[in-house]
Amino acid sequence: MNLHEYQARALLRAAGIPMLDGDVATTPAEAESLARRLGGKGVVKAQVHAGGRGKAGGVKLAAGPAEAADHASRILGMTIKGLVVGKVLVVPAAEIASEAYVGLILDRETQQPVFMVSPAGGVDIEEVAARTPEKIRRLAVDPRYGLLPHQAMSLAFFLYDDFAKVRAAARIMEQLYQVFMANGATLAEINPLATTPEGKVLALDAKVVLDDNELDRRPDLADLRDESAEAPSEVEARRAGLTFIKLDGNVGCVVNGAGLAMATMDLVKYYGGEPANFLDIGGSSNPEKVVNALRIITRDPNVKAILFNIFGGITRTDDVANGIVTAMREFDVTVPVVIRLTGTNEAEALRILQAAGMPALNDMDEAVKQVVARAREAA
Amino acid sequence: MSIFVTRDTRLVVQGITGRDGSFHTRQMMEYGTRVVAGVTPGKGGQRFDDTVPVFDTVAAAVEATGANASVLYVPPGLAAGAIAEAVDAGIALVVCITEGIPTVDMVRVMPFVRERGARLIGPNCPGVISPGQAKVGIIPGNICAPGRVGLVSRSGTLTYEVVHHLTRNGIGQSTCVGIGGDPVIGTNFIDCLAAFEADPDTDAIVMMGEIGGTDEQQAAAYVKDRVTKPVVGFIAGQTAPKGRRMGHAGAIISGSSGTAEEKMAAFRDHGIAVMARPVDVVELIRPHLG
Repeated sequence: MNLHEYQARALLRAAGIPMLDGDVATTPAEAESLARRLGGKGVVKAQVHAGGRGKAGGVKLAAGPAEAADHASRILGMTIKGLVVGKVLVVPAAEIASEAYVGLILDRETQQPVFMVSPAGGVDIEEVAARTPEKIRRLAVDPRYGLLPHQAMSLAFFLYDDFAKVRAAARIMEQLYQVFMANGATLAEINPLATTPEGKVLALDAKVVLDDNELDRRPDLADLRDESAEAPSEVEARRAGLTFIKLDGNVGCVVNGAGLAMATMDLVKYYGGEPANFLDIGGSSNPEKVVNALRIITRDPNVKAILFNIFGGITRTDDVANGIVTAMREFDVTVPVVIRLTGTNEAEALRILQAAGMPALNDMDEAVKQVVARAREAA
Repeated sequence: MSIFVTRDTRLVVQGITGRDGSFHTRQMMEYGTRVVAGVTPGKGGQRFDDTVPVFDTVAAAVEATGANASVLYVPPGLAAGAIAEAVDAGIALVVCITEGIPTVDMVRVMPFVRERGARLIGPNCPGVISPGQAKVGIIPGNICAPGRVGLVSRSGTLTYEVVHHLTRNGIGQSTCVGIGGDPVIGTNFIDCLAAFEADPDTDAIVMMGEIGGTDEQQAAAYVKDRVTKPVVGFIAGQTAPKGRRMGHAGAIISGSSGTAEEKMAAFRDHGIAVMARPVDVVELIRPHLG
């Protein structure tokens, strides 16, 4: 789960990482009074889950409170990469002497948190890595011992020559590691880590991505989710216990299992169609899940046909067939539906569906070919 | 012989009295797996289905029954602790079915697993089956048949789809391993490839990958250098959008890395025949079998 900058700042601040004061505003008047409180001159920053918000006009420098209100009125409600801005962060404008990068990611290969630091901050770190890899230093942290003091110092010496700044940066890295582990992050990044002309080291921007698996046991973190930043269909699916991702095609897919769901989308494409979604209904044969899945899929006007692809391993396919029959009675589906069921009790499942006037297939390729053809006819 | 799980596997089920644990314990026993013990803290002294003794701790179960493998049906918040408990009790093979374990928990427990020399399979996986011998986990036994193809996969039902095609076409399996869909897992493709290469009962290998990470790319290079047996591969997620988690926590294209194209190219470049569709497994693997 991506956090907004203001939420990430709150986690970093709680760990003691130095940063400028600042707060969020949802109206121009709030932005104005915030700017006044912060000393007049300030930066108004769109809070949106999209990179490149500066280029999109979502970050503006204001010379005084009136201009802050003016910027806020333009940025609030603005659409950046399809997402509407509902909040702005207002921070004082800082004089900056240098910008560095400090990031911590979960590295799948070493299965450890890995620091990435660079004296070339304030820009996209992937570009720095591609163009000037010598300006990046990496360090894997052994989770048994945490970030050791000398490791933090060696990273900080790569950023600064001045010893006071080195010490300040090393402390910030230790604090960032604490934030990462204590909140189950998969990414925690300060870009830029800035120095002021007086020699202070400050986090000017923060980005944190949390592990979704952490949220069940951390309601405080789960509360940080901003559902206005997500597609409504995906919010509805999550509440219904389904994993759903909307795509641009016209063949709706209802599948059990994530791997099979991806392979089904790929096969739709292979046979010349375009998948409308990824949807994993899991191992359950619960009719309610099927109804919810159908409701979410059919709300998309692009969907011209729907494919069920169910492999009954432990799940009995006759149970799933009964679930589909119940759901189709309860929910009026106007687009053609193709059902593929195979596995445990397959013969009985096919009989149940046949009796309900819903012929089904047991071959995945055959079913995908059919649904692609039906979608094409209806388009 | 097959890999990881055999007739000699003596299994302890952690979470045996739970809903999933009890259901799958019955399935495993029906298949012929020797389930020698169960563990549910606080229920030690009971018997599961009047037959399997239940213990409070894995250590007590090992001492009383000589269990050498464990399978976990434990809630996500407790699972990493239960993995550590099994490893600490000297269990050599730990199979974790649980989905949704916080990644930092896995990051913390993995060094402990490695230090003790145990093998962890999963988490978030369907487990291991050596058809005709034993199954540990939730792979349906009825779709498998004994034979000489080894299969390793990051997913569940997609694995069943491919195994089903093999079995229906008279091609049996030595062992099928689901390594799991999480970003941090105990056993990766290379571990399984090495085991299949060394297994005299495996003649050819099927590798089912998906988007996210670089495990398949590294496995492809390993195949070229170290594997003499023919390998056939599949990658799910060619139509997956970037930056979205496709159900499995580990199935995500980060930036431009971990795409299906990149992985399929790595397969081709290193002599692994690539299946365009799950059904292609039959025609690609058959020529390699005696």
